[in-house]
Amino acid sequence: MKVLMLGWELPPHNSGGLGIACYQLCKALSKKDLDIEFVVPYRADHGIDFMNITAAHPQGVSEVIRSGIAYDSYRYVLEDGTEEHLDIYAQAQLYEHAVAKLVEETEFDIVHAHDWLTFRAALRAKEAKGCPIILHVHSVESDRAGGRGNPLVHEIEDLAMHAADRIIAVSEHTKQVIHREYHIPLSKIEVVHNSIEPGDLVPLDANNSYRYLEAMKALGYRVVVNIGRLTVQKGLPNLLHAMKDVIARQPKTMLLIVGSGEQYYELLTLAAELGIGQNVLFTDFQRGKRWRDAYAIADLFVMPSVSEPFGLTPLEAIGYGTPTLVTHQSGVSEVLTNCLKVDFWDIKEMANQIAAVVSNDALRDVLHANAHQEYQRMSWTNASHRIEQLYKDHLVVAS
Amino acid sequence: MSKAIVLYLHVHQPYRIRHYTIFDSAVNHDYFDAAYEDQESNERILKKVAEKSYLPTNARLLQLLNDNPQFKLSLSITGTVLEQLEKWSPEALRSFQELCATGRVEIVAETYHHSLAFFYSRAEFEMQVDMHKRKVQELFGQTPQVFRNTELCYNNDVAYWADKAGYKGILAEGWDPILGWRSPNHVYRPTYTNNIRLLMKNYKLSDDIAFRFGDQNWSEWPLTADKFAGWLADDQTATNFNLFMDYETFGEHQWEESGIFGFLAHLPGEWLKNEHHTFMTVSEVIDNNEPVDSVDIPQTITWADTERDLSAWLGNAMQSSSIQALYDLQADIIQTGDFALIEDWRRLQTSDHFYYMCTKYFNDGDIHAYFSPYKTPYEAYINFMNAFHDLKFRLSEKGVAV
Repeated sequence: MKVLMLGWELPPHNSGGLGIACYQLCKALSKKDLDIEFVVPYRADHGIDFMNITAAHPQGVSEVIRSGIAYDSYRYVLEDGTEEHLDIYAQAQLYEHAVAKLVEETEFDIVHAHDWLTFRAALRAKEAKGCPIILHVHSVESDRAGGRGNPLVHEIEDLAMHAADRIIAVSEHTKQVIHREYHIPLSKIEVVHNSIEPGDLVPLDANNSYRYLEAMKALGYRVVVNIGRLTVQKGLPNLLHAMKDVIARQPKTMLLIVGSGEQYYELLTLAAELGIGQNVLFTDFQRGKRWRDAYAIADLFVMPSVSEPFGLTPLEAIGYGTPTLVTHQSGVSEVLTNCLKVDFWDIKEMANQIAAVVSNDALRDVLHANAHQEYQRMSWTNASHRIEQLYKDHLVVAS
Repeated sequence: MSKAIVLYLHVHQPYRIRHYTIFDSAVNHDYFDAAYEDQESNERILKKVAEKSYLPTNARLLQLLNDNPQFKLSLSITGTVLEQLEKWSPEALRSFQELCATGRVEIVAETYHHSLAFFYSRAEFEMQVDMHKRKVQELFGQTPQVFRNTELCYNNDVAYWADKAGYKGILAEGWDPILGWRSPNHVYRPTYTNNIRLLMKNYKLSDDIAFRFGDQNWSEWPLTADKFAGWLADDQTATNFNLFMDYETFGEHQWEESGIFGFLAHLPGEWLKNEHHTFMTVSEVIDNNEPVDSVDIPQTITWADTERDLSAWLGNAMQSSSIQALYDLQADIIQTGDFALIEDWRRLQTSDHFYYMCTKYFNDGDIHAYFSPYKTPYEAYINFMNAFHDLKFRLSEKGVAV
C-alpha cells in the first residue's frame, strides 16, 4: 500500500511538536508493509531513510528556503534568479498547486494530511484521484490563536474536515473541539494519541548548561521549568500568577522559561510587576543541549496550557528525569496518570500543587518514579497499528 | 550690574553590560567586557566619543580659555568615565586636566558611579560621593564645592543633605511648575537650609544648544553665537544664565557638521563684547550673588523627559524591581570586603542601566533608543538580571545565604 503523506515540517527543520509527531508516526508506520511518500514544502536534508521525502516545488521555482520556524515567511528563489518572500497563506496555496502537479505523476492509494496548511492540497489530490483522504488534526485554529482565530484558516479546516473520509484527532480533547467548533459527527473522528519513543531521546551529558541553577539548587532552591512557545494558548500568565503565590510561601523557588514568542515581553513585564522578577529566568528559544538540560535541571515541569491538543513536552520532561504538572485542557493528560493535573484557570490550585512539589523532594521523586514507569511503556507502535487499520478500512470502502 | 553665563557640562560614560545570558551566570563574571566590535563595547564607545567629542571639544575650550581671560566653565565628570579614560584614552584625560590647569574650570561633585543611591541607601550614596571627591582631587587637584546629584535628581532632602555636607551650592532643573512666576536666571536658596545656594538650569536656553541646535525644522535654525548672545543680552533682570547640558552635546549629540563647534568658538567673543557680560563657574556665581528667594521642592525632579521626574529610570516594574533587588544585596556585598565584587555591584548601580529598561515612548524610537546600546528595553533588563544573578552566586560562594 502506498501512502501520500502531506506534511509541513520534519526534524531537524521543525518548529515544534508537529514535525516530531509526523516523524515518529511515519517511522513506526514504515515498519509495516507500507510505502510512504512524505511531501514537505521546502528542500532540506533530513537524514531520514525509512521513507521517501519529496520537496513540493511550484513550477518555475528552483529553490525554497525556510527562514526558521513554521509560521515565518519563506524565500522562493525563482528560476530567473530573482527572489520572492511569501507569507504562510500564500505558501499553503503554492504547496497545494505543487501537490496537484505531483499527484498527476505519482501512484498512491491513500492520502494522509497533517494540519490545515496541507488540507487544500489533500482536497486537490482527492479531486484528481478519487482516493480516500485522512486528515490528521494536531491542532485547530482556536488552539493556535486562542479565540476563533483567522477566519480563512477556519474555513479551510471546516471545508476539508467535512470533505474528508476520516479525521484523526491527537486526543479526546481535540476530538471534542472538532465536534464542537466544526460540527463534525463524533463517529467520523478517531482519537489516536501521540506518544513518545523513549529510545529516541538524546541522552544528557555530564555537565548541565544551567550552572547558576545548579548552584542555587545546591543552596536549597527548587526549579520549575516551562519549555514552549510564548504564545496565548500556552497559558503562561497564569503560571506566573501561580508562581507569585508559590514564591511567597517558598522564596527559594525559581521559574525557568525557555522559548520565544509574541508574549515574551509581556511575560517579562508581568514577572516584574508581580514582584518575582528575581525568581523568573528567561532564556529565549533554545535547542539541542540547552533545551535538554532545561528539562533535566527542573524539579517540576509545568505545562499550563489553555488548550493543548496533545502536548509532548511533559513526556520529554519525564524522560529527562522530571515530574510534571499539566492542565486538564491537554491531550497528554488523557494518557498520563502519574502527574499533577489542574484546570488552566485554577491559579490557586496550580500554586498549591507547585508549592507541594518544591517543598517536598520525596513527593517529587515518587511522582517522577511512577511517571517514568508509564513513560517506559510508551511507544508509537500502538498508534501505527491503529492508523494502518484505518487505511485498510478505507481502502476496502473505496474499492 | 554684570550678567554671567554659567556654562556647566556633564561628562559621563557608564559601564554597559554585554549580552550576558543565564548561561553566563555562575560561569563568567565579566559583565562589562563586550567584544570590541559589539554594540555594548565600552572601550569602542569610549574611544569613539573621545575622538568625536572630548578631544576636539577640549581643544576648542582650551583655545577659548587661552584667548579669553574671562571665559570660565564648570564640569562634572563621573568616576566611571574617568576610569575608562585612564584605560582607553589617556590623551583625552590629559586634555581635561589641561583645562583644569588654567584655574578657570571648576569640577562639580557627584556620585562616583552616577547612581541613584541617594534614594536607596544614604551610606552607599555618601561613600560614592566621597570616592568621587578623592578621584577628582587625585586627577585634577581640586576639591568640589558644588554638588549635583545624578541626572540632576533634586528635592528638599538632597539640598538639606548637601547643605549639611558643607557644599556651597547645588544644581537642579529649572522646571516651570517649581519656578512658577520666577526666573531660573538668579541664585536661589533651598528651603530648610541657610548656607547652601541653588542654581536652576535654564532649560529653554540649554536645550536650544543641546537638542535643537542642529534641527533644521526649528524656527530659529540656524542658531548663531551672536543671535544667542543677543537673546541673553535682552534679559534686563537676569544675573546668571545657567546653561547646563551633557558634554557630549559637542560633537556627539550635535555632530561637527551641524556647526556646533563654530558656535562654541564664537559664543565667548560675542557675549563678552559688552563690558557688563562675563562668564562664571558655579561657585563664583554663588559667591557673587545673594539669593533672591527660597525654593521649596518636596517632590523629586530631574532633568529628563517632559515629566522631569524619575520615571525614565524607575517608571516601570522592570526598573523599580531590579534596582530594589540590587540595593537589597548591599549589606551582604559590603560585608564580603571583596573589592572586585563590591565594584561590580557599584557599576551595576549606574543609572544608565535602568534608563535602558525604560519603556516610555519605546514604540516611538525616540531619545531613549538613541542612548541605548540594546535593541529593546527587555534585552537590557534580561542582561541586567542575569548579571544580578551572578552577583548572588558570587555571594553564595563566600558562604552568604542568598
